[in-house]
Amino acid sequence: MQNFEYFAPRSLPEALALLENTGQKVKILAGGTDLIAQLHAGRAQPAIIIDIKNIPELNRLGWDADKSLHIGAAVPISTVVDFPYFQQRFGMLHQGCSLIGSTRVRNRATIGGNVCNAAPSADSAPALLCLGTKAFVANSRGTRVVPMLDIFRGPGKTSLAANELLVELEIPAPPAHSAGCYLRHTPREEMDIAVVGVAAFLVLAPHSKTCQEARIALGAVAPTPIRVPTTEALLAGNSLNKELITQVAEKTAEAASPISDIRSSAEYRRELVRVLTRRALKAACVSLDIQIESGD
Amino acid sequence: MKKDIVLKINGEEREVTVESRQTLLDVLRNHLGLTGTKEGCGNGNCGTCTVLIDGKAVSSCLIFAVETEGHEILTIEGLAQPGKIHPVQKSFIEEGAIQCGFCSPGMILTAKAFLDTNPHPTEAEARQAIAGNLCRCTGYDKIVRAILKVGAKTL
Repeated sequence: MQNFEYFAPRSLPEALALLENTGQKVKILAGGTDLIAQLHAGRAQPAIIIDIKNIPELNRLGWDADKSLHIGAAVPISTVVDFPYFQQRFGMLHQGCSLIGSTRVRNRATIGGNVCNAAPSADSAPALLCLGTKAFVANSRGTRVVPMLDIFRGPGKTSLAANELLVELEIPAPPAHSAGCYLRHTPREEMDIAVVGVAAFLVLAPHSKTCQEARIALGAVAPTPIRVPTTEALLAGNSLNKELITQVAEKTAEAASPISDIRSSAEYRRELVRVLTRRALKAACVSLDIQIESGD
Repeated sequence: MKKDIVLKINGEEREVTVESRQTLLDVLRNHLGLTGTKEGCGNGNCGTCTVLIDGKAVSSCLIFAVETEGHEILTIEGLAQPGKIHPVQKSFIEEGAIQCGFCSPGMILTAKAFLDTNPHPTEAEARQAIAGNLCRCTGYDKIVRAILKVGAKTL
């Protein structure tokens, strides 16, 4: 591994000033479970590494009065997963985060890092997209708020400029009468990368079985994690039943643009999108006390 | 770009001069002679380099030594007290949960961290806990039995 200069700033202004003065050759180090593996493999060769774990602003984890959750970019995933009320309020995101890496990885890795690493297969991404997550991105002149969808630009690429740092994610409280589910397929349970990941999130009209709003997001079937607005629209305003879910699952599979690689053929990925979308929608329905006739 | 750092390992402060790029694994084995921590895959997949930082299991191959200043590091060498091995170690011996021994330090530390938070696990929980640690002798059944036995003894 090529040597580099290591900085561990103790405040956000210090970190942002460093970023401003160092430019393109910097890599940000949070948990390091992606970055250090990339360095071992020679896929990243930074001259400078900035460790963000000692910055208080990036270690914030807490609920706002309106029950939105703020997760600092340096908070380990295991801390988030075990945080009081996290699983009850954000079941779908809890499912996604619990699947990342292994216990050892989750003890170091952060959700911010999972986002900034920008893998199309990132297990936290589909749920974050469905939940309307906002990213707080800072440079030395100020902070901007970026919708999660606008963060991802391509495999390993985000819309953050070289002088910018992800400070925290804000996840709004889910609406009343809503539920979601994240499912993925991997050959090995731990330490594996999603062949396909699907998040489905449903909001019901009050006291009914009618879907008021739906959000579907997919991982590992496009250059970035994606939302699927065309099939979300098929659900909105309609009564939830087996036929509708089957149709939405088929159309979602058609909307995906998977590639063939070492983990799967494109054809198999598309079929997985269909099956996992159907199962995730059914699971969301079950959480909302709507029984859907069983099938596979 | 060498740095002098102080690491707290197995309750002792150790001064070392390291390069930023050196992993904790490298420093443990090659600077401090703590060769109980093994290197398998070198990219976080196999679990043989597991150590505990502030009580949590981590891959020492995916951590730079310079990141760990100010934290408590526990390696397999620090688990036994003088004259008294740790209950997890004892259980592994009693159940014969060791074949070639290469995965054992990582397995035992993973089991210790797991049992500290879940002292009486089910078999499924125990299997899930070691799912990130590979045993190429495939001695998983005995390892799981050893972990469950520690839990059963403290009931």
